[in-house]
Amino acid sequence: MPDTIPNRLRAALPRDLGDGGYASIRYVQSRSEGLSVRQGVVQPVRNAEEAGAMVTVWDGGGLGYAATSDLTPAGLDAAVERAREWARVTSGLGVLAEPPLTHTVGTYSSPVERPWSDTTLAERIELLRDHDGRLGVDERIVDWEAGLAHRVVDTIMVTNGGGEVVQHYETTFPSLRATANEGTNTQTRTYGGHAFCGQGGIEVLDRHGFADAAPRIAAQALELLSAPNCPTGIMDLVLAPDQMILQIHESIGHPLELDRILGDERNYAGTSFVTPDMFGTYRYGSELLNVTFDPTVPGQMASYGFDDDGSPASREYLIREGILQRPMGGRISQTRAGLPGVSNSRACSWNRPPMDRMANLNVEPGESTFEDLISSVERGVYLETNNSWSIDDSRNKFQFGTEYGTMIEDGELTHPIRNPGYRGISATFWRSLSGVGDRSTWKVMGTPNCGKGEPNQVIEVGHAAPVCRFSGVEVFGGEQ
Amino acid sequence: MSTDQGPTTGDEETYFDDLVTWATGHLRGDEVLTATLGGENSDFVRFNAGRVRQAGSVRQRELGLDLIEGNRHTSSTLELTQDTEIDRARVLRTLESLREQRAMVPEDPYLVYSTSDVRTSKVRRTELPEPSTILGEVNGAGAGPADLVGIYAAGDSFDGFASSLGQRNWAQSTTFSLDWSMHLRADKAAKNTYAGFEWDHEAFEAKVDWSGRQLRALDREPISLTPGGYRVFLEPAALRDILEMMAWGGFGLKSHRTRQTPLLHMVTEGARLHPTVTISENTIGGMAPDFQEQGFSRPDEVVLISEGEYTGWLISPRSGREYGVADNGASSHEAPNSMAMAPGPLPREGILEELGTGLYVGNLWYLNFSDRSACRTTGMTRFGTFWVDQGEIVAPVNVLRFDDTVYNLLGEQLVGLTDEAEFMADPSSYFRRSSDSARVPGALVAEMRFAL
Repeated sequence: MPDTIPNRLRAALPRDLGDGGYASIRYVQSRSEGLSVRQGVVQPVRNAEEAGAMVTVWDGGGLGYAATSDLTPAGLDAAVERAREWARVTSGLGVLAEPPLTHTVGTYSSPVERPWSDTTLAERIELLRDHDGRLGVDERIVDWEAGLAHRVVDTIMVTNGGGEVVQHYETTFPSLRATANEGTNTQTRTYGGHAFCGQGGIEVLDRHGFADAAPRIAAQALELLSAPNCPTGIMDLVLAPDQMILQIHESIGHPLELDRILGDERNYAGTSFVTPDMFGTYRYGSELLNVTFDPTVPGQMASYGFDDDGSPASREYLIREGILQRPMGGRISQTRAGLPGVSNSRACSWNRPPMDRMANLNVEPGESTFEDLISSVERGVYLETNNSWSIDDSRNKFQFGTEYGTMIEDGELTHPIRNPGYRGISATFWRSLSGVGDRSTWKVMGTPNCGKGEPNQVIEVGHAAPVCRFSGVEVFGGEQ
Repeated sequence: MSTDQGPTTGDEETYFDDLVTWATGHLRGDEVLTATLGGENSDFVRFNAGRVRQAGSVRQRELGLDLIEGNRHTSSTLELTQDTEIDRARVLRTLESLREQRAMVPEDPYLVYSTSDVRTSKVRRTELPEPSTILGEVNGAGAGPADLVGIYAAGDSFDGFASSLGQRNWAQSTTFSLDWSMHLRADKAAKNTYAGFEWDHEAFEAKVDWSGRQLRALDREPISLTPGGYRVFLEPAALRDILEMMAWGGFGLKSHRTRQTPLLHMVTEGARLHPTVTISENTIGGMAPDFQEQGFSRPDEVVLISEGEYTGWLISPRSGREYGVADNGASSHEAPNSMAMAPGPLPREGILEELGTGLYVGNLWYLNFSDRSACRTTGMTRFGTFWVDQGEIVAPVNVLRFDDTVYNLLGEQLVGLTDEAEFMADPSSYFRRSSDSARVPGALVAEMRFAL
């Protein structure tokens, strides 16, 4: 048998577990490159490689994990023994005694149209130099930067029952930023915050207009210096997709994570105002609200074929016509709660065990054009690109801010406003959803940094959303 | 977990030393190599309702390499296996790759690296209880009407720096952290942390007793307050969160020069905080290594705000070169790792009487800027927040959202700081266990603005 990583993983699996015992080894290898040009200066290139394996053992009513970067046969054997020891120590003390996991076989690979390797490092740097040069166009722009990151992840998960899942992911993350200042007024405008990333190669840059974005971003940062402060009051709120991403994430995504509902996160990320009895009947939002968990969207940030427990991925409605349908919980949480769920047991890397995470969590498009959504507003604001996020530990009372706002008066977009923010309560906010944009306004986005868990994990998630309108929301501005 | 934890204390340091020495022998021409190592042999046990949710061990070692020739350089990180043959092959392959990349990058005008050949080593290794002992302790603490949620993390953590010019720095310690909350019902819970170098059963029991007393205070009908201004006492953990917001770009030279600092009014207009406010980066009193990632040493203390006035920046070598000023050994993100706030005159013991009638806030949660340039911050109350009437706790308070500026909270509205600053180890573990810490007193505030 050749000495390959899959063969080493298979060979290390324990063969002598008790009845019903389950073991898996999940290998993760990643390579990434981070580039940026700031104020005309190429910043140090950031390369990173990592490889390691997480061993999971359920045996004798206990559960143990052991992660190691030592991938020699001896290193893997030692990790298996550590995981088995943890299973012995925790026997009878865990939240669940029997493994509800299966032995799955399958593969997944990110769709890539233009591979990263089609360009040289020098060409990528030159591309960023060009964009950087179009950001620093005015002396009031005091800092600016263009960036590009790419990551390739390969995973292999083998189980003691013959399961073997092989997955390959590629993600690309472009960024632009211009910061303008006058006196004590500093305004930053970016290329969609952290939202305009996705699976794929160089073609990800074309999805949200990276090529033409720099001049607009610089101009808008300057506009904000002289823009009036966002008004305070109750008014209609129209959110662009790059703010909807945050609204979905914080006030739908996290509250519907089943491990939060089960209390696992109460010491850190928090609990949820959602309780198990709400599924099937609770009105989460207006009839216009349709939300799917969908790891099958091609090119979205958190698409995959199988979660990290080996469960096959599928599209499921979490909220349909405003009514709560099911939580986001993987096999383990589903068994603990006695509820249906989704395939969302995910780990950030080889050194952390999986838990319930968002993957792609999307608001489905409606039927309104952008013009429809704006023209029906007598007085309101149109807000773009998240820059501030805060919500209580039950995921209810939130306050969010954005980079850029535009007044809506008598059905028309009139002038920019600075430091816009709004606050509300999740349990009622989504019921004020009064307009949902059609597919022409719908954008497929994601974010590379959702944090949660003990020990802490930061992971990529995907969100897609149309432009949406909410009625009667508390809106406010900054101090000055 | 005692089973095969890999190399012992001296072995980790020696292995890193030998590997960099070996790599130095494979440099070409005038190449200079700097290397970092960050790693841990850690145990994690996660609890929910006093039962084990997940338990396991993590062994990881991340090697960072920066290959320099003249003013051109490229860098990479890679995971070490502790197998000499494999690791040497990986290092050699990485050096080749960095050479190829170096030909495609321009000169870096802000490149700075340490040319020292100094050698330092600080190792504090202690014996910690077996996980089964900890499980027994937690089971005992969780017995009763409340359920315990949280995480135990423990083991060896190490950081190293080495260069082909002969410099070696090493910092290693054995530490533990039990970060938990005991829950009565819904979101009503008492939060606590026990962390250190050696487990002391009696010290842990004292912490559990404190949680029990707070739970009894929580076992009353909660009240909801309307938005508005309230007199507030902020426990050290709550004040720490506000200081961490100030530190999010507030103390770095680069954020000042690019006008992105949240303390912009202090820098450009001379705005001041209350004269009792003194804040420093206190490396000597913290747990973080006394060297940063480019091998430059950190001074024992850098005073950032003195008696309410902005006095100093954290300056990384790179920012120092960019802006033409001397650096002070700050890490590249120019944020404190060991922040300390000087205590004030208010006796901690009598703080309820000092508060009189108002809010006692145990913890804050999920803070962010609502107007960064004005250092206006929003966030939520969490764990252990009570309404106090004439010096007596009346009832727990349902979560409230504050939205206020630091200039109010630690300026015009600050009544005073308590006479004891509490040392708090950072229990976070993104990528690996943190070595950050803070030493912060409590704060009595005449009026704090709540919005929701």
